[in-house]
Amino acid sequence: METILEGIKEAFLLLIHGDRQVVQVAVLSLLVSGLATILSLLVGIPLGVVLALNRFPGRQPLVSLINTGMGSPPVVVGLIVSIFLWRSGPLGLLQLMYTPSAMVIAQFIIAFPLVAGFTLATVQQLDPKLRLQIISLGASRFQMVWLLLKEARLPLLAAIMAGFGAVISEVGASMMVGGNITGQTRVMTTAIVAEVSRGDFALAIAFSVVLMILVYLVNLILTIIQQRTKAR
Amino acid sequence: MRQEAVLASQIALEANNISVVLGGVKVLDVPSLQVFQNEVLVVIGPNGSGKTTLLLTMAGLLKPASGTILYQGQAANSRAEMLSLHRRLAVAFQDPLLLSSTVWDNVTLGLRLRGVDKEEIKTRATKWLERFGIGALAGRQAKTLSGGEAKRTSLARAFALQPDILFLDEAFNGLDSHSRESIIENFQSVLRETRVTTIMVTHDTTEALALADKIIVLMGGQIRQIGTCGEVFSDPVDKEVAAFVGVENIIDGSVESNESGIITVKVGSDSVEAVSNYSRGEKVSLLIRPEEITLAVSRASSSARNSFGGAISRVLSLGALTRIEIDCGFPLVVLVTKRSAEEMNLDKGRQVYASFKATGVHVIKR
Repeated sequence: METILEGIKEAFLLLIHGDRQVVQVAVLSLLVSGLATILSLLVGIPLGVVLALNRFPGRQPLVSLINTGMGSPPVVVGLIVSIFLWRSGPLGLLQLMYTPSAMVIAQFIIAFPLVAGFTLATVQQLDPKLRLQIISLGASRFQMVWLLLKEARLPLLAAIMAGFGAVISEVGASMMVGGNITGQTRVMTTAIVAEVSRGDFALAIAFSVVLMILVYLVNLILTIIQQRTKAR
Repeated sequence: MRQEAVLASQIALEANNISVVLGGVKVLDVPSLQVFQNEVLVVIGPNGSGKTTLLLTMAGLLKPASGTILYQGQAANSRAEMLSLHRRLAVAFQDPLLLSSTVWDNVTLGLRLRGVDKEEIKTRATKWLERFGIGALAGRQAKTLSGGEAKRTSLARAFALQPDILFLDEAFNGLDSHSRESIIENFQSVLRETRVTTIMVTHDTTEALALADKIIVLMGGQIRQIGTCGEVFSDPVDKEVAAFVGVENIIDGSVESNESGIITVKVGSDSVEAVSNYSRGEKVSLLIRPEEITLAVSRASSSARNSFGGAISRVLSLGALTRIEIDCGFPLVVLVTKRSAEEMNLDKGRQVYASFKATGVHVIKR
């Protein structure tokens, strides 16, 4: 009991003083997961739209693959990325193993099926006649997709939240491809694991608090946008 | 030669050998169909008869399995041609299908997509919002509108496009009868004013009678009958069409007087009373359903405002019912039960009296 109380007290002191290590790790976490989320939106949204609006051979297996990807264990993703990026692996020449870039790649692979899956479900839920209505108003294919996405903007925010939430909180993949190197690839989740195994509960609790606050803030902002748009 | 050229230019849309296959089943088979400029063509038929499929195909929103459609003599095949075709047409569906944005944004969307000049967009949107009585709602969020307001917005959006052809898919469905009537009236006057070529689909025969220049009866994906309201409703080609349209009596006349909502309509040398608000001199059609008319062998007094004597010209047994045609200055079709027909000896040549209430007459403007 004393360890926990002591830990929480120390954690708040670290946070109040803006401990350099804590800030650095938090910033890297945000950068890596933010970038991975943005990339997953760039790939996942178009992919979801294509799958929602078209029927082609091979669509069904592809949709199943994405649905599987939505629940893929980060450790397995980490393993696959490691195999590719390993020095002797197919992409070993890029020398990305144990760098933040490797973590972005792994987190992107975790997030984009979530974004694609949510986009697919969202666009499919729109009235099929809405698409015909938009086409009949004179929209080009590109304009039609843009208007549909604009119409589905609220559920799409949920896709962003899901994607970001998944990658900021995963630990397995970051640990494997990043290596938890202090000052280089240490993010909050890997730091928590490392500090706990070292017995430094104070630092682990401090990171946990920051992580929770961060996740809460991001979701708060997105929720505010969502609710305000709905209320208008 | 010259005459043919004039005729060709009057054809807004011409479809040939159209067939549509959905899920391996042929749902539409139309060998030939022509729609003329400024014509209001109404497609009627029971649910599942392929009406909406026909409309979507004509509007270039559904690719037929085979066949050609020419719009003012031009086909649209490539993606670019389809886009420019869509930019000349307008479609309004049963659901208003408004986007989550303001009424103004919705009404101007098509115009913006079509690259219409800004000033022109403003003029047209303002005009059509006013014309459909929703000028005050321009700033409102579309999702907060009532059903009737949303429908008006969707119609204003379609008319603002000033399309070559307007397509309406059950556009007046799903409204309470009051707003439905007022919207149809509004639409009717706009239609008279713009004379836009219109193809509309409905399962409501009254709506068809009120709006159509020409009616198509579609059943099982095939055109059973094409004709004017009079042709289709008083002379249906077969039993199925007759059953669907309800074998209406359609009598043309002109309003002689209107006394507090009861009009007297001059039909030949006879006068028919009906409940309506049309004023003196207006040309109207009187619609009387055969089941609204009662027959008697002698002139009996009753509360019915209309009673006409005449001879039976035709008797047709339809199972439990008997269809009787009478010539009482104008032809009248009456449905009576088989038992009544037998008891009253309603045979050809017999003199009878037909009566119906003023409220049993549906009046539409010609």
